Amino acid sequence: MSAALKTDTADAPIIQVRDLVKEFNVTRGRGGPPAILRAVNHISFDIRSGTTLGLVGESGSGKSTTGRLLVGLIPATSGEISLFGETITGADGEAALAKVRSKLQFVFQDPHGSLNPRMRVGDCIAEPIDIAGGWSRKDRADRVSELLETVGLPRAVAERFPHEFSGGQRQRIGIARALALRPDFVVCDEPVSALDVSMQAQIINLLLDLQERLGLSYLFIAHDLAVVRSIATDVAVMYAGALVEQAPKTVLYSAPKHPYTQALLDAVPRPDPDRVRSAALGGEVPSILNPLPGCAFAARCPHVMAVCRQDRPAPRPTGEGHVVACHLY
Amino acid sequence: MAVPLLEVDDLTVRFRTDAGWMTAVDRVSLAVGEGEALGIVGESGSGKSVTALSILRLHAAATTRMPTGKIHYGGKDLLTLPTREMRQIRGGEIAMIFQDPMSSLNPVLTIADQIGESLRLHQGVDQATARKRAIELLDLVRIPDAARRVDEYPHRLSGGMRQRVMIAIAIACRPKLLIADEPTTALDVTIQAQILDLLRDLQRELGMSVILITHDMGVIAEFARRVMVMYAGRVVETAPVGQMFRRPVHPYTEGLLTAIPKLDVDVRRLPTIAGSIPDPTAVIPGCRYSPRCPQVQESCRRDSPALLPAGPEREARCPPRVAAMAKETVA
Repeated sequence: MSAALKTDTADAPIIQVRDLVKEFNVTRGRGGPPAILRAVNHISFDIRSGTTLGLVGESGSGKSTTGRLLVGLIPATSGEISLFGETITGADGEAALAKVRSKLQFVFQDPHGSLNPRMRVGDCIAEPIDIAGGWSRKDRADRVSELLETVGLPRAVAERFPHEFSGGQRQRIGIARALALRPDFVVCDEPVSALDVSMQAQIINLLLDLQERLGLSYLFIAHDLAVVRSIATDVAVMYAGALVEQAPKTVLYSAPKHPYTQALLDAVPRPDPDRVRSAALGGEVPSILNPLPGCAFAARCPHVMAVCRQDRPAPRPTGEGHVVACHLY
Repeated sequence: MAVPLLEVDDLTVRFRTDAGWMTAVDRVSLAVGEGEALGIVGESGSGKSVTALSILRLHAAATTRMPTGKIHYGGKDLLTLPTREMRQIRGGEIAMIFQDPMSSLNPVLTIADQIGESLRLHQGVDQATARKRAIELLDLVRIPDAARRVDEYPHRLSGGMRQRVMIAIAIACRPKLLIADEPTTALDVTIQAQILDLLRDLQRELGMSVILITHDMGVIAEFARRVMVMYAGRVVETAPVGQMFRRPVHPYTEGLLTAIPKLDVDVRRLPTIAGSIPDPTAVIPGCRYSPRCPQVQESCRRDSPALLPAGPEREARCPPRVAAMAKETVA
């Protein structure tokens, strides 16, 4: 990593994704014919230093796969991912990933499944430190105490076991572990969806505080549009593997352009008894196995045109940082 | 409400755990009128699901102490009804749907078998009639191509379709009351909207009463007419839905409503409720919300608060707030 790249201005993207594709080989049934499932279908986006990109979509939209691709947990099929100036896809991807790996971290959805029940909380948190190696016993212990304080837990919890904690506290432990090696970029995959409402707000605020203090950048993956609004700087919407719309947060929520984004926002029940929601969007998310040509949303779209069933709409900028993949624009 | 269809009176349910007996539901009372939609809202451990299961006596017998209280339905007390009679009511007059449609359906039986089961048991119809009725029911829950789908197995259906099948099974015998426990929580947003629309249409078409249990205030606002808020096994507030959202009485309801992430406005930082949901085995003297309450008073930590009337059709378990409200009304 060269020194020049350290002096990122706030607007320079630290993460650039171009035309990213991820395919999985699947077999239907025992000895059935092989098929290809395209979970991520030619997506492109940037994340600027110190900001949060909220990635929203329903199940099977490819949002979690995108998160895993971004930190090199799974290899891309094609396309380019560059992190802090290093291209981790392609022939020299492995070497490039090794250079930036310590800057990347991941926070998982399930705070029960992601902490080893046999390890003390302190050891859970220090696991990345132990893997990286080269820390003295004292430095390690000091870092654990510091991390616990950072996420708002008393130092003494280091000696206890994960099962003694509530979901919200366990998620704090997961965040402390993610911060152990001082990452610059953290992928948070549905970090609050397993939590009760009164715990959600605490964790969202903690993530916001940490971003301010440590200058972190996040990819925040969630299905809950209101949660994403409360944390994101920019928002990208995925549908059946495609990125259909992205925009700065306020623009996306106040003036959504893609018919899917509009339907999605309308479908969310609001805590407002006077609001009358329009009738639900019909149909279901199409199979991403052997997809039809054209726009993935065509079958459910209220504004569908002939061209939508033939040509896949390319993402087009429409001003104010807004990018929409829809033949209407 | 003239004569309620179902009336729960002082229901208490206790479970045996490794840490001793815990009270999951503590003296809960509720009433549902004919054709009414009652919402029960609460977080984990609030007792909302246990309340619902107890109405149908569906809790695990080995770890439960016999619930105390009364559940009045059609002139009977469901808690003391002989098992045979209870079976007639369960699935016949009172039906229930659950959160996870995959684990509630039998993977080795076709849709026709599973809808038909309830018709054969409760109405004694033969196999051919049951299959015909199953197709009609699939039509009713708006499953396209019902005549073909009826012979399929659950794994062939999407989550939304499975929940529609669960609803078809539940309404097969035209129940008077449907208990829906988090019916849309496992579903995607656009599918959730479809299922809520369906439930509302069916409620109207069949004149059913519905008890909808959820953690989602948005779902409550959309569906319920009256709402009951539960916290740590107790009812903390009941109110007509509009009034609860416009002017919550209990500090917990208020805290919950402000802590919900907002979809229609930008907020810099969400207001939070301090602390965690209490461990169900923990003994908390006085008001169970007092350790987290921003407006806690000395008496709250000492005296167990009663559920007090707080206006027409309203009750709240917070003496300081109810007293303050009464003063305002006078002034």
